Amino acid sequence: MKDSGAPYVTADGRQIGKVLMDMRGITLRFGGVEAIKDISFDIREGEIRAMIGPNGAGKSSMLNVISGFYHPQEGEVWFRGEKRPPMKPFQVARLGIARTFQNIALFDGMSVLDNIMTGRLTHMKTGLLAQMVWKGPAEREEVENRAVVERIIDFLEIQAIRKTPVGRLPYGLKKRVELARALAAEPKLLLLDEPMAGMNVEEKEDMSRFILDVNDEFGTTIALIEHDMGVVMDLSDRVVVMDYGRKIGDGTPHEVRNNQEVIDAYLGVAHD
Amino acid sequence: MSAEFLYGVEVIINGLMAGVLYALVALGFVLIFKASGIFNYAQGVMALFAALTLVGIMEGQVPFSHIINATFGTDVHNFGWTVPALLAIALTLVVMIIFAWMVHTFVFKHLVGQEPIILFMATIGLAYFLEGIGDLMWGSDIKTLDIGIPQGGSMWVENLSKHLGGEDFYGFFIDKLDIVATIVAIVLVAGLIVFAQYTKQGRAMRAVADDHQAALSVGISLNFIWVLVWSLAGMVALVAGVMWGAKSGVQFSLSLIALKALPVLMLGGFTSIPGAIVGGLIIGVGEKLFEYMIGPMVGGATENWFAYVLALLFLVFRPQGLFGERIIERV
Repeated sequence: MKDSGAPYVTADGRQIGKVLMDMRGITLRFGGVEAIKDISFDIREGEIRAMIGPNGAGKSSMLNVISGFYHPQEGEVWFRGEKRPPMKPFQVARLGIARTFQNIALFDGMSVLDNIMTGRLTHMKTGLLAQMVWKGPAEREEVENRAVVERIIDFLEIQAIRKTPVGRLPYGLKKRVELARALAAEPKLLLLDEPMAGMNVEEKEDMSRFILDVNDEFGTTIALIEHDMGVVMDLSDRVVVMDYGRKIGDGTPHEVRNNQEVIDAYLGVAHD
Repeated sequence: MSAEFLYGVEVIINGLMAGVLYALVALGFVLIFKASGIFNYAQGVMALFAALTLVGIMEGQVPFSHIINATFGTDVHNFGWTVPALLAIALTLVVMIIFAWMVHTFVFKHLVGQEPIILFMATIGLAYFLEGIGDLMWGSDIKTLDIGIPQGGSMWVENLSKHLGGEDFYGFFIDKLDIVATIVAIVLVAGLIVFAQYTKQGRAMRAVADDHQAALSVGISLNFIWVLVWSLAGMVALVAGVMWGAKSGVQFSLSLIALKALPVLMLGGFTSIPGAIVGGLIIGVGEKLFEYMIGPMVGGATENWFAYVLALLFLVFRPQGLFGERIIERV
């Protein structure tokens, strides 16, 4: 396990940098229930970091802590070497952390193109007045950002549906549009909550390929939650394993696969 | 063409113009409802308040003069100046934006995530509060609003259409004020649609209307959008208040125009901007035409209830309205 903090190069030649996000002693409670119990882990620049664990392990809660939807009672969140104060989700998004949702949260009434354009909002700086005048800065900005979005549309191979209202798309394509919207923000950290949930084998393969390509081409740091162990093992550089709100394993896929506690959690043993 | 038929056409034209005004009021409801799920009962009072403020500013009235005089024993009522209409409209718009910000910051920001009925109750409270404030600020006497919009029947239209009919037809009677109101409303609605479709804030507004969580995740501040939609609703209220006020004087019954918007919303659906427009036009034309054709048979005054009966029929047979999102229950 490479936890010395020094940059290194993976076997397939990708550059892994310093720590980007550092979660320190995070505890999250809902009333009397502890969803996350004192968990620490880090995410390093350029890596694909997976979070796995049985249902109710606290994975999604952890992702919500990172993206500002939940606020932990204890612990610190460090981002790019600075302690992050409690923030609202939109402020976290403006820091350069984009995410997708387990149950897909797209704007159903808007076209694919408009959906992806909303991903660019954090990069668009013109104010209300300039937008109302439209000619000049606002129009220039729209054109520039539109170009970025078109590149992403090409990249994710969704050219054919760009004008379609998202509500009419099949599930697999919706997942892809959601990824496109998150990518449009050119995030420093991309959070994917079960990007392959409910997909068939072919769609899973497509999505895996896109995730690897994104990481490879743009060097985007990715943290993802996934149930499918095979997918996780193929995709990720390091894996955090959670069970009942605790961290029970952390390391390369190979290491966690041979961890007895992880095997117990997945195959099921009596908790005493 | 027979005079009968031509008078029918005139009724339809007048109905369309009334409909545009209904649509304008309904639009204020739709804007806020779409973005925040709040059914804003205070929309009519906002129109009243905007009209009162406009008249007050134009006439150089001292706001809260009653309180000031009672407290300090002074006798001030007027600053002694008058403000040109355009400047006064701009100032009123500023007042409405400040009002939007205050409504959000002091009330609805603290009610996020509450049941719709609670939000609705809050807007009822807001309506009475605003009515009281309007009274305190500008007094309760009926005011005339004259911002220079021409009034009275348009001779031009009358002369132009005179030759259409025979001896007993004298041309269409169309109020100039209605023509102006229609043009202004069309420009405003077109402007709002362009704003929502093509600008960055408009896109963010539509995003918030669609899905709050997703909007947050792309970095949209819900607070900003909510202040924005309340401001836009305030602007719509101002235009509606000016048009209705110019037509029938600025008085407290002006706030009742909100009730006229309800059937429009039943028809058009609470979430659809085109729905508000088409709904308004249907109600406008429907009630005028009904009064013209059926009214004499039942003793007239059908305009008072026609819209509500139509809305009732829609509630029974098409509860989501003409354009509202379909209600599908998955089992």
